[in-house]
Amino acid sequence: MIRSRLLLLAAGLVLLSAAFLLWKLQEPTGFILSLRGSKLAVLICVGAATGVATILFQTVAMNQLLTPGIVGFDALFVLLQTGLVAILGGVGAALFPPMAQFLMETALLMGAALLLFGGLLRRGAGDVTRVILTGVILGMLLRGLTEVVQRMLDPADFAIVQQAMFASFSRVSTPQIWTGGGVIAVALAVALWQAPALDVAGLGRSTARSLGLAHDRVVLIVLGLVAALVSVSTALVGPLTFLGLLSASLARQVLQTHRHDALIPAAALIGATILVAGQFVFERLLASQSALAVIVEFFGGLLFLFLVFRRKPS
Amino acid sequence: MIQIEGLSYRVGKTPILHDISLTLKPGGITALIGPNGAGKSSLLHCISGLHDLAAGHIRIDGLDPLRAPDRDRARVVALLQQSPGVVSRLRVRELVGFGRWPHHQGRPTAQDTAMVDAALESFTLTDLADRTLESLSGGQRQRAFIAMTYAQDTPWLLLDEPLNALDPRHARDLMARLRRLVQDTGRSIVIVLHDINAAAGWADRIVAMKDGRVIGHQDTPDLLTPDMLETVFDMRFDVLTHQGRPVVISR
Repeated sequence: MIRSRLLLLAAGLVLLSAAFLLWKLQEPTGFILSLRGSKLAVLICVGAATGVATILFQTVAMNQLLTPGIVGFDALFVLLQTGLVAILGGVGAALFPPMAQFLMETALLMGAALLLFGGLLRRGAGDVTRVILTGVILGMLLRGLTEVVQRMLDPADFAIVQQAMFASFSRVSTPQIWTGGGVIAVALAVALWQAPALDVAGLGRSTARSLGLAHDRVVLIVLGLVAALVSVSTALVGPLTFLGLLSASLARQVLQTHRHDALIPAAALIGATILVAGQFVFERLLASQSALAVIVEFFGGLLFLFLVFRRKPS
Repeated sequence: MIQIEGLSYRVGKTPILHDISLTLKPGGITALIGPNGAGKSSLLHCISGLHDLAAGHIRIDGLDPLRAPDRDRARVVALLQQSPGVVSRLRVRELVGFGRWPHHQGRPTAQDTAMVDAALESFTLTDLADRTLESLSGGQRQRAFIAMTYAQDTPWLLLDEPLNALDPRHARDLMARLRRLVQDTGRSIVIVLHDINAAAGWADRIVAMKDGRVIGHQDTPDLLTPDMLETVFDMRFDVLTHQGRPVVISR
């Protein structure tokens, strides 16, 4: 059942992608195809990265409401970007080749995430309330800090930062897509390789450790992966808070399993499908341009509220 | 053999266990008894290598549970914890299958599958094997976790209040099952029991604990004296004998 549902999800995404590429294709076909192709690649990368990052994060946080976005992973990324501009100045930051800048930011985010969330999730993961509260407050703190730094910026520098702050799917360069896609492919492979260990980690730190799982090591690997995935999607299109929650919850609903070797690909496929479908409807059918991020966040937020209120007190 | 020397354990600044030295012989069932907060669970967790010690050291068949690789430790000692969390959409068979993790690390063999089936069978869970944990009652869930610990197939089994949530029949079945396990396979079981009569009826040896200290460790009939029980629980008990085993009645 799980296998066939995964195949169905994959088939759905392929069909949708074909529709996205070929719908009302006009001359010059080559040019339009390459334009649509790179947009499609971005949507798939971002959707997959966000979905997988959320599944991974929820497992080590022992909580299916949290997402990397809610606890401020992407806020941390924007803060790092802002900090970079503030320190180097807009011109200085622009001097870096985009590739080097991206890799540097990713490495920084991985380090910062391990420092910030490592302690929280390793020793304290038993205390769910503490993880949630600390995570949410951390997220707010990071966003606040970013704002403070941005207020101190030169208006010209601020314009550069602003580019990175809002989710948008239409201004991505090809080398960025290749780098991002590469990082995501590696992260996905590592996540799938760790899938059995993640299943055990899902039992909770204490039980997992008594079963002989090096739980702290799994948490570190997951935080590293989440940081890499979040930095790819944030670097490509900007922060998306609830897309991950949407794809992870749907993946669990559709597959009805706890197994990560199924949940990880499912969340990737669903995340990508949501974005491609959304963009297709907006761009091709409604001829509207920019509202996709808003809509995805809107429905993601609704789902979040639904999940909070549906939760049985335990 | 489990050797504990000079073990102290603290949570923050609160001392939980004080300078415990204890040698547990292999084979048989050893029961830990004592009032709430005596440190029985903490001692089990310490032996399983899940707590960092303030002082002292532990050897389980020569292995140091705090220093040994996690996987080696989990093949020597298995711990059933009190009220472990429930993972949503996890099925009983999958949960019991996790017990084999230290042996296969994610790539189960036919032998692992057979072991899981045997564990399900032993704890009368075969009919529930494909149910999710959420759909089970507290007692059924408890049995599923015990089966997981059993499937870990370690020479030492540490059980923290396994009789919680079990009805009298399943409680007796479990204790009888453990007794057979000890006789047939020579495994050693250390078990925290709240019901003194469960300890009196089934345990070979009893370790009595109070306020983070071990105050008695003897064969069951020798330890269960009215004086010892009064020291441990601060109340009077009568100790009778029924069919050759001690029976404890509170006054």
